[in-house]
Amino acid sequence: MVRYVANKFFFMLVSLFILISATFFLMKAIPGDPFTSEKKVPPAIQERLYEQYGLDKPVIQQYVKYLGDIVQGDFGISMKMINQDVSKIIGQTFSASLKLGVVAIVVAVIVGVALGMLAALYHRRLIDNVAMVLAVLGIAVPSFVVASLLQYVFASKLHWLPTMGFKGPLYYVLPVAALTAQPIAFIARLTRSSMLEVLHADYIKTAKAKGLSWMAILFRHVIRNGIMPVVTYLGPMTANIVTGSVVIEQIFGIGGIGKQFVQAISVRDYPLIMGITIFYGILLMLARFVTDIAYVFVDPRIKLTKGKEG
Amino acid sequence: MDTNSIKVMTTPADLTPDDFRKIGTDEKEAEVIQRESISAWRDAWQRLRSNKMAMTALVVLLLITITAFVGPLISKWVHGYNYYSNDLLNTNKGPSATHWFGTDDLGRDMWVRTWKGTQISLLVGFAAACIDLFIGVIYGGIMGYFGGRVDEIMNKFSEILYSIPYLLVTILLLVVMEPSLGTIILALTITGWINMSWIVRGEIMQLKNREFVLASRSMGAGSGRLLFRHLLPNAVGPIIVTVTLSVPNAIFAEAFLSFLGLGVQAPIASLGSMINDALTGWLYYPWRMLFPAIVISLTMLAFNIFGDGLRDALDPKLKK
Amino acid sequence: MEPILQVKDLHVSFQVKGGEVKAVRGMNFEVGKGETVAIVGESGSGKSVTAQTIMRLIPSPPSIIKQGEILFQGQDLLKKSIKQMEAIRGKDIGMIFQDPMTSLNPTIKVGKQITEVLIKHQKMSAGEAKKQAIEMLKLVGINNAEARFNQYPHEFSGGMRQRAMIAIALACRPALLIADEPTTALDVTIQAQIMDVMKEMQQRLGTSIILITHDLGVVAGMCDRVIVMYAGEVVETGTKWEIFKNPQHPYTKGLLRSMPRLDQKKGEPLIPIIGTPPDLIKPPIGCPFAARCEQAMKICERIDPGATVFSDTHMARCWDLHPMAKEGQSS
Repeated sequence: MVRYVANKFFFMLVSLFILISATFFLMKAIPGDPFTSEKKVPPAIQERLYEQYGLDKPVIQQYVKYLGDIVQGDFGISMKMINQDVSKIIGQTFSASLKLGVVAIVVAVIVGVALGMLAALYHRRLIDNVAMVLAVLGIAVPSFVVASLLQYVFASKLHWLPTMGFKGPLYYVLPVAALTAQPIAFIARLTRSSMLEVLHADYIKTAKAKGLSWMAILFRHVIRNGIMPVVTYLGPMTANIVTGSVVIEQIFGIGGIGKQFVQAISVRDYPLIMGITIFYGILLMLARFVTDIAYVFVDPRIKLTKGKEG
Repeated sequence: MDTNSIKVMTTPADLTPDDFRKIGTDEKEAEVIQRESISAWRDAWQRLRSNKMAMTALVVLLLITITAFVGPLISKWVHGYNYYSNDLLNTNKGPSATHWFGTDDLGRDMWVRTWKGTQISLLVGFAAACIDLFIGVIYGGIMGYFGGRVDEIMNKFSEILYSIPYLLVTILLLVVMEPSLGTIILALTITGWINMSWIVRGEIMQLKNREFVLASRSMGAGSGRLLFRHLLPNAVGPIIVTVTLSVPNAIFAEAFLSFLGLGVQAPIASLGSMINDALTGWLYYPWRMLFPAIVISLTMLAFNIFGDGLRDALDPKLKK
Repeated sequence: MEPILQVKDLHVSFQVKGGEVKAVRGMNFEVGKGETVAIVGESGSGKSVTAQTIMRLIPSPPSIIKQGEILFQGQDLLKKSIKQMEAIRGKDIGMIFQDPMTSLNPTIKVGKQITEVLIKHQKMSAGEAKKQAIEMLKLVGINNAEARFNQYPHEFSGGMRQRAMIAIALACRPALLIADEPTTALDVTIQAQIMDVMKEMQQRLGTSIILITHDLGVVAGMCDRVIVMYAGEVVETGTKWEIFKNPQHPYTKGLLRSMPRLDQKKGEPLIPIIGTPPDLIKPPIGCPFAARCEQAMKICERIDPGATVFSDTHMARCWDLHPMAKEGQSS
């Protein structure tokens, strides 16, 4: 168990290291430097700038310094927003994204599992069919289309919900709905197929032969085993919601990291792009790590098989 | 009770000795073959054909593809404009007889642009899927076939690559390399092939211990021959399904990149970039978003449904 | 012998796309107290369906119990409500299944899967149930039962899992145990051990057993009586000796010929029964075995034969046993 966790942790660190290095060297590979695109700067000032950003040193030295800074939580200074620490920008915008993300994850799991369970329990009946049509739509229709459509219908036309901003509970509804459409669909399908498998498993017949009531079987045997695969999806789902939020925040004007990211890309604010990329990377790999660990606790079989991948 | 007295069954009265004549074996059909045996592929095709949803999806896909290429031509013949010709007197106009899908902010015809955009999106989707297929099959084939050390190292490598969120890598790459059709496709495939390689690896590993492979090996077939003649053709089902399902993923990813301004650049348009362009005024000019959004949703929907149908047809065991 | 279970004229069908599969077509049999009865037949003969119908475990839909009675201790199980059936399952009738690999819940400790029955039916506290469960594990021959109690099924071998299944099925000392091909999925050496465990438990607890199997070797080891099923019907019943020494139905004879014996003469071949069982969506109007039968006569294809009774226990259904059969063949 300890070995398994250590193994996964080490794996996470390696991946992170590669991401950071790749980010760094890719940014260095950009022809010219961030200041060439600006209007002509006097050489003296240019040199000052170079010195300030440490661009006068050899690349390897810059790299080592960058790694060290990141370990200390310092992502450098934004190039376009005067005297703004990247980590400060991230810190300021993260709370909105975090709130949105956590609500979305909770909603996605609850709704997705409930939908999938209903579909499995009412297999081949109306609820099942409706749920599966919704699931296919959810998977196929891109989140930005869902978001725009929801915005148009419920905010712009019906005026039930606010169009933009992030000021209170009502402001959550549309972004969360748009953000969770796809995860809900995935979880519902996953839950359904795994529940169906469990419902037809021999050990359910054994449980029936024991004389357990249907409710007892459902709660003790079916649900637990049925939602197990959902745990494995938590990591990818977090990634899905995080990347999705980039677009959703933009559409609904939510001042989160995602929106900041889009802006940084559009003005080519390299330190900020790097910072957010790495921050996202840490977040997502952490989510994956937690998922891997969580799965061991849910599924006793995994201890023997030493890490089921994929 | 006398155990020796056999109690005879009650019988209908009208039996004759003739009823008790033996029938020769030729009169019997002991070993009737119940069903005509059909090949696995024809079997799969029949299952697919009977799946109405999947067939509808296939028809929709064909229609979209055909329209994507024929649609702009029609407009050119009828009205004489192409996807970049702008009509500055008619900007942001709703659908009309001359502009079937309306016009955008530069007065460009949305009908033509939507279908041009569909061409680009399909191209990106298919190209990315093909490259994924190519790399994935080779990489996965090697992993699965050789196994052991080779597999371990190669697998670890792909796992690490996979654990890095792929959209981040793609974004980074496109920030560095200026976005063009080529770089976008390249960026999309940088980690896209991994999934395919795992599918192929899994299939090959399962197949390689089967009797027919062992038989072929024992008759001296070489590695390459084994891999390409015996293993891969038998893994074709899951490969096709994966390709089918990876096309909409690539289309979506390109649309997502367009949102960040990293998709295909003007004057070329993809469905994603058109939706992004339409976003600013979309509450006032809904048609600018609506048509590309409908086409992209329909395309992805059809690919997903068809892919699912294909999987059910090719692997009846999985069918629930 | 006082019967504990009587099955009378049981008909069970399955609704499928192409129509209705008449899987069980008029089953009649009894199981006495402490008796072991084997139901023998090839797959699809309806033996498992019969077993699961007794437990009311076959899913409905697609299955329909068309008619018949299943009297258990004098009460018709087919008339019981779901709640009443739950009180009987596991307590008065235990059941074990073919594949011990999949019959235990992989995510619940083996011990807990045993205590579950005890808590449900004997209203035991968790502590009492644990003690009893460990006792059961010891009884079915699992060493180090205390430690095994806290293990998961994947930590058990196949044979041990089937022992655990027996422990679950017999935990409440049921009057009847239904064993649905309990050894089919196991190695031959393990098979014998499992049969021994069942025999021993039977002697200790006085349980009646219905043993569903296609393996006549298993039957010879532990059964008192044998019921031979074919295409949803009973074609022959008798005591073990009557069936082995004096089989009357061509199908029973065929089964015996296809089974290796110790007293087999050297070079004497095993003879398989050729052909496949009939399609039970459209069951033949005559004898269902006629199409595969070497003795088949004209009448066999027209009328399903009735029972010819040889003793209190021995019965077979075949036209060849009819007195007129000899006349017909000599003419």
